[in-house]
Amino acid sequence: MNYSQFLDMTPEVSLIVLILIVFFYDLFTEGKERRGFHTLTCILLGIHTVLNIFPGQDRELFGGMYQAYAMTDIVKTILSIGTLLVFLQAKNWLRRDDTRHKEGEFYILTLCTLLGMNFMMSAGNFLMFFIGLELASIPMACLAAFDKYKHESAEAGAKYIMNAMFSTGLMLYGISFIYGTVGTLYFNDIPTALEGTPMQILAMVFFFAGLGFKISLVPFHLWTADTYQGAPTAVTSYLSVISKGAAAFTLMVILTKVFAPMVENWQLLLYVVIVITITLANLFALKQDNLKRFMAFSSISQAGYIMLAVISGNAQGMTSLVFYVLVYIAANLGAFGVINVIEQKAGKIEMNDYNGLYQSNPKLSFLLTLALFSLAGIPPFAGFFSKFFIFAAAFSEGFYLLVFIALVNTIISLYYYLRIVKAMYIIPNDKPIAYFSSDCSTKISLAICTAGILALGIISAVYDGLNLYAFGM
Amino acid sequence: MEIHVVYYLIVSTIMLFAGIYGFFTRKNLLAVLISVELILNATNINFAVFNRYLFPDVFEGHFFALFGIGIAAAETAVAIAIIINIYRNIRNIQTDNIDEMKG
Repeated sequence: MNYSQFLDMTPEVSLIVLILIVFFYDLFTEGKERRGFHTLTCILLGIHTVLNIFPGQDRELFGGMYQAYAMTDIVKTILSIGTLLVFLQAKNWLRRDDTRHKEGEFYILTLCTLLGMNFMMSAGNFLMFFIGLELASIPMACLAAFDKYKHESAEAGAKYIMNAMFSTGLMLYGISFIYGTVGTLYFNDIPTALEGTPMQILAMVFFFAGLGFKISLVPFHLWTADTYQGAPTAVTSYLSVISKGAAAFTLMVILTKVFAPMVENWQLLLYVVIVITITLANLFALKQDNLKRFMAFSSISQAGYIMLAVISGNAQGMTSLVFYVLVYIAANLGAFGVINVIEQKAGKIEMNDYNGLYQSNPKLSFLLTLALFSLAGIPPFAGFFSKFFIFAAAFSEGFYLLVFIALVNTIISLYYYLRIVKAMYIIPNDKPIAYFSSDCSTKISLAICTAGILALGIISAVYDGLNLYAFGM
Repeated sequence: MEIHVVYYLIVSTIMLFAGIYGFFTRKNLLAVLISVELILNATNINFAVFNRYLFPDVFEGHFFALFGIGIAAAETAVAIAIIINIYRNIRNIQTDNIDEMKG
């Protein structure tokens, strides 16, 4: 065996080294030495990101088990930047008395899920894909149940792991039928043998359940609201962007590479799922009062929009998907950063609590407004451009009615995003949340998110750069 | 006497649907967990049978079944840890009582 192959999977190897360093630091330090733990982890993750910032060649290692394209490397970099932002926002929460001793566990578990997502994205075999998916979802359940003494947190973890196991079971059943009809599990060999027989269509639908759960598309979304509400806010933000982005990219790669001969079948499947997802999530989001729950339904509808890029199946779709994930990370983490810091400092999470926030915390309300405008897709913020590219990708493949339905839903979504803005700026309140100044690491992360929201859409080099590496059917 | 491959698939399909039925109807979290295990074991049977009968040259299916068993064990361990945590918080593990969050 050629061991130099390990050096070609740099993102994974450097992430494993990072996990080991954090693990040993957590093991051998105590007391005052641990004060620098958060800074150290963030710097190390930053180094990991910078090391892998330049995409490598398209490569195939270990006999086809591991397939990485330049685009995969880019997505990995984007996701590790997102993880870094989550770590920066988590500092407040990790410094609390009941979580302080578990700080190292949070880093290790989060980085393990990131490693799992990396393996999942660059899998070249269904076995590899399955292991990556599970490495991404098992520690995630631990993270959701991280606040040990809060009943909601345990409930969130239980709902997550039960649904994860159920959808994994369905997915494996689908993969077993693919194996039974095709006789191989390698992504390279499957397309030549796929014919679109009823059994293979059944297998594809079952397979879709596994990733549909991770992306929280509608028939598999039931866990989302409860888990998002119960889990610690830092974990919720991680779940809503990083996990979702990785799964969406993987779904696109597998559908276009492996299930390419069955394109009509999965486009029909996605068509139905997108319409139901966007509409249902928007209708549910209208009546939410808890902000985390509200963000859960907002993220379900955003997942529906991301699927618009997948349904096109071409290179343009892939570029717009990665661009959408990038912008979504900036906007959603911006919103979650504000929600998180207000929850930690003031302990309030209901929408009514935000009434009159503008009077006491003008900067935070302004940042939250920017993030919500970007999520709703109002120009000139990045969210508008990402939505535009997504629609253009679906339009180019002739899904006119679908794009129209999505557009109508964008207008509905404006209503509920602006409800929060209205609460902050217009509804009067005698006792708004008192003024507080947020800590340094939250400020850094919010600054990065705001820069992303403002700059990503206007600087066209980002989209053009991604376009160079995109591939489709 | 060789048993035809279809009979194995009938068994695994029955296990799958028993698991799905149990997942939706059981009220005790441990029973729900057992139902999910039924689903996972149904897939393992499928992999082993397909490998043994249809593609006996390469052991891909057997390996997948092995990994499936291992990962299912890891998932069960985490799930039971979370169930114990729920028990500590509310002193029972009935799904009817896990309804703090609604809407």
